[in-house]
Amino acid sequence: MSQIFHHSTNTFTRITLFGAVFILGFLGWVMFTLNGSDYVTRATQAREQPVPFSHAHHVGGLGVDCRYCHTTVETSGFANIPPTKTCMNCHSQIWNTSPTLEPVRASFRTNQSIPWTRVNDLPDFVYFNHSIHVNKGVGCEVCHGRVDKMPLMYQYNTLQMEWCLNCHRNPEKYVRPREFVTTMGYQPAGDQEEIGRKLVAEYKIQDARTLTSCSTCHR
Amino acid sequence: MRTNYKLGALVLAVAGLSACRQDMHDQPKYIPLRPSEFFLDGRSARPLVEGTIARGHLNDDTAYYTGKGADGKPVAEFPFPVTKEVLLRGQQRYNVYCTPCHDRTGNGNGMIVRRGYRRPPTYNSDRLREQPNGYFYDVITNGFGAMPDYAAQIQPQDRWAIVAYIRALQLSQQASINDVPAEARGQIGAAK
Repeated sequence: MSQIFHHSTNTFTRITLFGAVFILGFLGWVMFTLNGSDYVTRATQAREQPVPFSHAHHVGGLGVDCRYCHTTVETSGFANIPPTKTCMNCHSQIWNTSPTLEPVRASFRTNQSIPWTRVNDLPDFVYFNHSIHVNKGVGCEVCHGRVDKMPLMYQYNTLQMEWCLNCHRNPEKYVRPREFVTTMGYQPAGDQEEIGRKLVAEYKIQDARTLTSCSTCHR
Repeated sequence: MRTNYKLGALVLAVAGLSACRQDMHDQPKYIPLRPSEFFLDGRSARPLVEGTIARGHLNDDTAYYTGKGADGKPVAEFPFPVTKEVLLRGQQRYNVYCTPCHDRTGNGNGMIVRRGYRRPPTYNSDRLREQPNGYFYDVITNGFGAMPDYAAQIQPQDRWAIVAYIRALQLSQQASINDVPAEARGQIGAAK
């Protein structure tokens, strides 16, 4: 009775057994990288909006403070999108015949909301509160990036849990004095970790164990 | 027949799994500014019924909430003591909400004015220096001339703080070196 398998299949078996580890590892790496990629998280992709509002122009060019429009960011969990009235504060006189701004004027006339497209959208099972971050010295740009250089708004970070935990584990690497929270292009006056540790103590930022506890964000 | 049930259950389970993720990410509930298909105007946040007063928001302290006295004229006094904290808060709020037009000195040469908005009067005129404090509070609350109202953007406490800071700005533009305490005079030269 002859052998079913040729002798060379022994080598083939060894290679596949050995290679499986690497192939599985490689597949895992591909999945992991894909999951955090801009393609999946939609980071860096500008969203289409009813009016091509430019943060680069308003913040970078004119120097309008974030809080002029996002008034509730310091006191509420939700950083508001300004009502049309806030746009009209200036645009009643400036660019008040521009066709691009017609949706704004129409909204003001008819009292219908402008249907802005949400850019930073956390999953609904995550509890996120803007005011606590702002009041503990997390700068706008830490999460939202250099908004003053974004002609069209896009999500700057992955907004994935791993990214949140980066800071919740080591807040001293990211916090800044409260008065610089809305500053764009902030440079720490000295060693960030040293300043950060002082601020963590001064602002009574909780320890990493509490900050990374499940119920801090999933409640 | 039995197998068919099993197959059906499996298909349902797989379908359920695939839908699971999105349901948890985008749960059918209202979060701030999420649109509504139920209400005609598409807003999930409903406007208050006219005349609604939240508990503790009767706002019957007219001097504090309108800047006007019982006679309808602007009040002269601040409703609370003006401390350094109040001034610093006022400075910070002023820099956020007022500088786009009034600029950091109060002369009315802000960036939006330079872009074509009607120029506001400078605070550093006799007419505005002589106005009572309640006048500025009222202008912030209700607007004046080309200036829109800021009632929605600035809370009453902060409006008063801004009024205090406007007073400080008015003083600063009239100040002489003699107004500076002798021991602090050296710092001014150094700051330049």
